[in-house]
Amino acid sequence: MRGQEARDQADRKAVMATLAQASGDDIARLWNEAGLTSEAELLRGPETGLVTVRGRIGGGGAPFNVGETTVTRATVRLPTGQVGHSYMLGRDRKKAKLAAIADALWQDPAQRQTVETALVAPLRAAQGETREKRRAETAATKVDFFTMVRGED
Amino acid sequence: MYVAVKGGEAAIANAHSLLADRRRGDRSVPALRLDQIVEQLALGVDRVMSEGSLYDRELAALAIVQARGDMIEAIFLVRAYRTTLPRFGYSNPIDTGAMLVERRVSATYKDLPGGQLLGPTFDYTHRLLDPELAAGADVAEPLQRETEAQAMPRVSAILAREGLIEPDGEMPQDHVPGDITREPLEFPMARDIRLQALSRGDEGFLLALGYSTQRGYARNHPFVGEIRIGEVELELDVPELPFAVPLGRVRVTECQMVNQFKGSAKAPPQFTRGYGLVFGQSERKAMAMALCDRALRASELGEDVVAAAQDEEFVISHSDNVQATGFVEHLKLPHYVDFQAELDLVRRMRAEHDARENADMLEDKKEAAE
Repeated sequence: MRGQEARDQADRKAVMATLAQASGDDIARLWNEAGLTSEAELLRGPETGLVTVRGRIGGGGAPFNVGETTVTRATVRLPTGQVGHSYMLGRDRKKAKLAAIADALWQDPAQRQTVETALVAPLRAAQGETREKRRAETAATKVDFFTMVRGED
Repeated sequence: MYVAVKGGEAAIANAHSLLADRRRGDRSVPALRLDQIVEQLALGVDRVMSEGSLYDRELAALAIVQARGDMIEAIFLVRAYRTTLPRFGYSNPIDTGAMLVERRVSATYKDLPGGQLLGPTFDYTHRLLDPELAAGADVAEPLQRETEAQAMPRVSAILAREGLIEPDGEMPQDHVPGDITREPLEFPMARDIRLQALSRGDEGFLLALGYSTQRGYARNHPFVGEIRIGEVELELDVPELPFAVPLGRVRVTECQMVNQFKGSAKAPPQFTRGYGLVFGQSERKAMAMALCDRALRASELGEDVVAAAQDEEFVISHSDNVQATGFVEHLKLPHYVDFQAELDLVRRMRAEHDARENADMLEDKKEAAE
């Protein structure tokens, strides 16, 4: 049971990560295509605030504050009772609300599969492609050193 | 005494509408869109985010347009906007070792795990102006190279394996990271607070100070151990969820500067370090920050404080360009009453001076006559 709970948490977190990185337009488009409901009661927000980004001295040492970033959050409750949250970089309130509803829907066993396949999977695939493309473009700038030998000895 | 003088409301209002007109410029030229600035003036946007201390590309782009491209004015606008937002908390520390690297170079090791990745750099360009860019020529897609994803450990970790370099900066166990946006500056300050101030500090000021250390003022023989640029995952602990919420990815630049040795009777000599971490792709700033961080560790490392770059109060008190511009630029605001007082004073001093001279002259004449 503990294992299942941990897996569920990891999956839920992964969904949140995918939605946070997606554009509001992409989420709204897939949302409409999948015919997901956006009927939900707003318990908090959507509201924009600041999160202070922390780094570590030397990369791995003691934490220090680097600067702030805008973050928008929302909390919703579905008619079926599930409460969903969202926190994401930026100021897109519509996106934050949809993401909170998605989180709530995901917790409903009857809806989870739809959220995963119709919304999250296409976003995740597109993000993976973008990441791989960027990695490959960076890899093309990798320096291949060669040594020139001069003379006979 | 403080004397209020009224007037100028109409002049101010008209000046602001003139500003709006000049900002827009020739109406036959299309107006800039924010996405054009975000995409095509990306490093300017990064600078405003880093020194404005707010990671939000669109807001930085808006600030740049509103400020007509005046970077310090744009940074000022962003700083002012920040103060209008509630605070949700502090993120978990980012892990630059897990960065999706877009550029990574080391000047100390040629062959290192993950390799040297030049990325989108100005280095090795010939700095010749490009007329094709002016003509709006199409730009080819960049090349791709298929490779296995490779781990890219930080160079400092490689040196650390041999014990040749000091560890990443540690603080006492119970130390809570200071926050200059919450508490006033106090000297001497802990290194974490210094780093926060440096990360939002003025690039030009830190660059000049970093340069001064290379020219011999607080010389400490730096090598770029590593510069890496790329996106890192940002996470926030919140009470309503049992795990850290992923917020998305932010692009940062990290510089590990490796400097000359420090040892003691107990510890063998080892390299010391300076650290730079800034928002966006800003490697000049990250390098300057790392040079200043190292110079400012003079007392900690038992070095003589002889140069400006080592003087914590001097560097940190003057690194913030919003504070600096506020105090310098306030000089142009009306000081009529102050100046009137000084005018009176200088007139009185002159009258006294003249009176003394006349008295001396009379005295001289009298003496001459006797």
